[in-house]
Amino acid sequence: MSVETKVKDIIADQLEVAVDKLSKETTFEDIDADSLDIVELVMALEEEFDLEISDQEIENINSVGDVIKYIESKV
Amino acid sequence: MTMDLKGKIALVTGASRGIGRATAISLARAGASVVINYSSNTAAAEAVKKEIEDLGRSALVVRADVADYDQCEHLMKSAIDHFKRIDILVNNAGITRDNLLARMKAEEWQAVIDTNLNGVYNCCRAVIRPLLKQKSGGRIINVASVAGIHGNSGQANYAAAKGGVIAFSRTMAKELGSRNITVNAVAPGLIETEMTEVLSDDVKEQVLSRIALGRLGKPEEVAEVILFLASSANYVTGQVILVDGSLSM
Repeated sequence: MSVETKVKDIIADQLEVAVDKLSKETTFEDIDADSLDIVELVMALEEEFDLEISDQEIENINSVGDVIKYIESKV
Repeated sequence: MTMDLKGKIALVTGASRGIGRATAISLARAGASVVINYSSNTAAAEAVKKEIEDLGRSALVVRADVADYDQCEHLMKSAIDHFKRIDILVNNAGITRDNLLARMKAEEWQAVIDTNLNGVYNCCRAVIRPLLKQKSGGRIINVASVAGIHGNSGQANYAAAKGGVIAFSRTMAKELGSRNITVNAVAPGLIETEMTEVLSDDVKEQVLSRIALGRLGKPEEVAEVILFLASSANYVTGQVILVDGSLSM
């Protein structure tokens, strides 16, 4: 499974949105994710990809595409 | 009113004696499996375990100093490894190092802040990820003190820590409310425990005259309120319940 598919699945699952509603351009604001939603998403990503995402890195992640790019740079 | 905790897993810090012990037993009686945390008195912790098992409930004893973050992580991990989940955290572990400020040593200040305030942060921090991951809500009850509301001469360290616990609880309630995790504090007054046993008869007499109910409270009477917050109080969060027999300080 590609990073993109995996990331989209995790976001869809964590934030309870349909996976086909997610594109790389979708921002977390678009899907009404609050700060705790983002924390939970980060927890799930850390677990799935076995990495640690710093607070600073989280600040730069605003869209689905940002997440995919970030994960691809780490794995 | 339902106080049914069947299938729930509760962790009580400082559960070998006093209010913690009474709370562990009362949660078990309501049906919960209980993780008994303690820091020094192994025999007392094992005795609580036996008492809970005699009620037909499960219990696990885990030694950990709540002032140490790594030990708190280990405590949570042991609890979850054993019971597979966690639903209720009661932050009860606490110490006193009473002294007038003019004589209070930095170590006395620090020890009380480390256990009574940092200990609450440590345990909450360690439990929060598992709780969020379970996606089934949760209950956190922090044992504060009336000293944290009114202040108490000779207890600047204790009062500061307990006041901090109250503010921390209110903040956690706001952060976690959307996930159906409630966070409340109880503020006991003078309760018959080893902590108050050391008070002189003079002091006790003087305090008694200021308690509307005219007597010290029992650990079980605090445990009842904690049980209420841990079970049926679905729509109560960010609150401080005084369990002090109406003590005017």
